Amino acid sequence: MPEKPKVAFYWCASCGGCEEAVVDLAEAILDVIAAVDIVFWPVALDFKRKDVEAMPEGSILVSFVNGAIRTSEQAEMAHLLRSKSKLLVALGACAHLGGIPGLANLFDRESILKAVYLEAPSTVNPEGSLPTTHHKDDGHSVELPGFYNTVQALNQVVEVDYSVPGCPPTPRIFRTALQTLLGDELPAKGTVLAPDCALCDECPRKDSKPEQLSIVEFKRPQQLLIDEQKCLLAQGLLCMGPATRAGCEALCVRGNMPCSGCCGPTSRVKDQGAKILSSLASLVAGKEAAEIDRILATIPDPVGTFYRYSLPASLLHRKQLDRASLHEAAASK
Amino acid sequence: MRNRDLTPSEKSQATFEPRIVAFFCNWCTYLAADLAGTSRMKYAPNVRVIRVMCSGRVDPQFVLDAFAHGADGVFIGGCHPGDCHYQEGNYKTLRRFHLLKRVLQQMGIEDERCRLEWISAAEAERVRSTINDMVEKVRALGPLDLIPTEEKVSAEEVAV
Repeated sequence: MPEKPKVAFYWCASCGGCEEAVVDLAEAILDVIAAVDIVFWPVALDFKRKDVEAMPEGSILVSFVNGAIRTSEQAEMAHLLRSKSKLLVALGACAHLGGIPGLANLFDRESILKAVYLEAPSTVNPEGSLPTTHHKDDGHSVELPGFYNTVQALNQVVEVDYSVPGCPPTPRIFRTALQTLLGDELPAKGTVLAPDCALCDECPRKDSKPEQLSIVEFKRPQQLLIDEQKCLLAQGLLCMGPATRAGCEALCVRGNMPCSGCCGPTSRVKDQGAKILSSLASLVAGKEAAEIDRILATIPDPVGTFYRYSLPASLLHRKQLDRASLHEAAASK
Repeated sequence: MRNRDLTPSEKSQATFEPRIVAFFCNWCTYLAADLAGTSRMKYAPNVRVIRVMCSGRVDPQFVLDAFAHGADGVFIGGCHPGDCHYQEGNYKTLRRFHLLKRVLQQMGIEDERCRLEWISAAEAERVRSTINDMVEKVRALGPLDLIPTEEKVSAEEVAV
């Protein structure tokens, strides 16, 4: 019996939903297990890092890495899996674009640690201790992973062959991607394994989108009774569909919620946030600055909305840090 | 001698010449810049002009891409309201610009680095004064410096 292709899964900065997505294949997971040998999957199987280190270079056919890169340990694991794998695949929005954890790029490390370890109302930390990379206790010393200032998408840290989009990827997207990867003909390197068109293309409400849209107020889903048939943009809801890749079969829209953009942009777009900004702003009614501002004020958090899943992969990458403090940090090092 | 006491950022500040990318509408601001040239008006040489058919052609991605590739400021010039060659293009620009400014603010990019002005084909003087004014304001802010340098990256990687 010929040896089955080897597959690995790993989890970096993410919620774990992408691991669920693998299990969500339901019965189809049996076909996956029949077709491949899972050699590393910390969330489900008891393999350790040293097991991966012992594998020959390039011996794994595909490694699926979900999650953004936030700590030095995640970066090390990404490099390790890269060297052991023929194909490295970014699974899900966080690995693909930075994802929700990437919104931390609106802050810096110090303010994040301060908020979490010192200021959060539920935090009890009378000694005010903060995470460190070196710790000594009772004569033993331990080294812990460092926490980066900036969250990065997987392909900003290591070479990535393909991305599987979605938060999390739907079973259909994942199954199709797996079939593609196990098949004989691989797509061009860098391909996002989902259709390369906007979500509006596969939206069930497509026909109800008016030719001319003029928005006088952006509404949040809790502010209105949403019509289940009509285009959500036409109802004033901020739907990311026009600037988001298709493939999910418009699950959120079918559930009567606007698209939040998790599948990222199509291949023709560099910056998903800028693209939806462009598309939405041009639909705003009003020709006077004051009127335009009044309407746009109904979008309370533009970056958090337009770049919900893609801030690290965006053109600006992160909020600009105070330069003086950066130089200080470099000097103190 | 004195240079040795300066930090790298101060050193770059001392010799800093702002780089400004300008997107000028073919029907108005671009002609005004042309008029400024033929009228031999002098203005700061820090602007790289890109001609577009309408200020409405300026995708917000162009602005962000300019910043990401080393521009310290971006200047968009379009037709006065009501004067758009394509009727509505400049209104779309205005709406996008207002939303883009809020994104830039959230991303920590100073207000003066991105500017929209309505300049008709006759207003050569306004091209001159706006460019001079913007160059001075951006010069005062210092380099935006979005391209990661070794120094910046090493500072980034300092672990807790």
